[in-house]
Amino acid sequence: MKIVALNGLLGYGYSKEALDIAFSEKVDYLGVDAGSTDPGPYYLGSGKSFTDRSAVKRDLSLALPKALEHKAPFIIGTAGGAGSEVHVMWLKEILLEVAKEQNLSFKLGTVLADVDTQYVLSKLESGKLIDMSSEFAADKDLISQSTRIVSQVGIAPIIELLKRKADVIICGRACDTAIYAAPCIYEGYSHGLAFHMAKIMECGAMCSEPVAAADVMQGYIYDDCFELRPANPIRRCTVDRVAAHTLYEQSNPFLIYEPDGVCDLTNSVFTQVDDRTVRVSGSEFIEAKEKTLKLEGVRCAGYRTICPATIYDPKTIENIGLITDTVTKFVAENTKDTLPEGSYKIFFKTSGGKESSMGVIMDVVGKTQEIADTVCALVRSRMLHCDYDGRRSTAGNLSFPFSPSDIHVGAVYEFSVFHLAKVDSLIETSKIKIEEV
Amino acid sequence: MKKLIDYTKILRSKNAGPLFITFDLIFNSREDMKYVEQRLTKEQIAKAYDVFTDKIDIISYDIVNSIKITFPRKNISGALADSDIYGCQQHMPLANIVL
Repeated sequence: MKIVALNGLLGYGYSKEALDIAFSEKVDYLGVDAGSTDPGPYYLGSGKSFTDRSAVKRDLSLALPKALEHKAPFIIGTAGGAGSEVHVMWLKEILLEVAKEQNLSFKLGTVLADVDTQYVLSKLESGKLIDMSSEFAADKDLISQSTRIVSQVGIAPIIELLKRKADVIICGRACDTAIYAAPCIYEGYSHGLAFHMAKIMECGAMCSEPVAAADVMQGYIYDDCFELRPANPIRRCTVDRVAAHTLYEQSNPFLIYEPDGVCDLTNSVFTQVDDRTVRVSGSEFIEAKEKTLKLEGVRCAGYRTICPATIYDPKTIENIGLITDTVTKFVAENTKDTLPEGSYKIFFKTSGGKESSMGVIMDVVGKTQEIADTVCALVRSRMLHCDYDGRRSTAGNLSFPFSPSDIHVGAVYEFSVFHLAKVDSLIETSKIKIEEV
Repeated sequence: MKKLIDYTKILRSKNAGPLFITFDLIFNSREDMKYVEQRLTKEQIAKAYDVFTDKIDIISYDIVNSIKITFPRKNISGALADSDIYGCQQHMPLANIVL
């Protein structure tokens, strides 16, 4: 069976010629990952995508007709960058626009993976919430403050939609591997091979050389092995690249944790088949006794105003600790009658300094945008003119690259939920729908 | 004095999810990998990153002559005090460890 990964992220682009080459032989399934937590909590919080609408539309407008023409179900995971309901709807709107422009009709399946605070709180109360890191414990208040929470679904809801003969599947927050593992497992291939292949394919041509997240990858799965070969003839898969990619973004190179269990790569064997193809065998799967879903939630942490600047005077750089302390105390003193206690936080984000210059971002997060503006303006003016022993550059300590110097960043989100939830069923958080387009 | 980075052909850091940072060290040869494997200690890493030794995982991955190091992020990705959302510029303290 042949499965094609459009690229590493919908909207990152790919070579049209490579897609044509991939579809010059029979393709059984097409997949693409459309999201990630890499860009941080903002996108889940704001409901926006970190990918660009017109770039996403371009990537879809070439791929959708190809998939339909070849009757290869097209599976899109983590729609809209963060995979909540509003992100799924954003991507669905683009997909429908492409369908209308090209006069395409198909069966569309959608999976929503959102959960509410009550769901997470009840998991916490019944002892079914597991912390992933000792540095980030589940917290009742943080959960309650969450404005949006999604579950990372696995293969189960995608397989359900394949059973119902969906031509296109838009999935909310999903494990990256689920996109490619679901069709393989649905077709009866081994879980171990399916998940291992999926783990490597989900980044597109990242496992080839020259490396590219923005290109087409081809996977061939058999009963006892799978093979990977990039579609673009300028690229090749090598044992080193493919094996090294198995390490990427994983905490353990031998174990890939999935909602259904763990993929064990201890006995995986990588073989170079020809100049551009790598074969992998021996990957195993151990089903979990207790099934879990990862939950990701965010809360609004305030509003941000920043001011970037550079310091070139080594004497000023030497005194940076004293300056930032002076500024922080000054702002506290100056705002104690006008701003509520604890209504802002100041961060000085510096870089360099040991060589010729130091970059500094004055970073203020306030309960309101107005508070952040007020505090940032005070920090900036006080830091500009802050005195220290032996100061010669008495005109000012900072060079500002911009006017206006202060920049509104707007609402700031932080992760408030990032835990595993023990579940009775792996589709208990999925809302599945199928419709004719 | 050779630094850790002098033995590697790839030395990178990246989030393993927003709560963890992971480092991939890929070596030019099995000899270099074994040399580093025998000398690099959790204490050195703990000192370089101000993290407790019992939170550090070091796993050798022989297939591509590599070592993986993972520990929890103190400021998780996107926390107000964080300044590397993707975690992909955290490798220099490790790179500069003298072996």
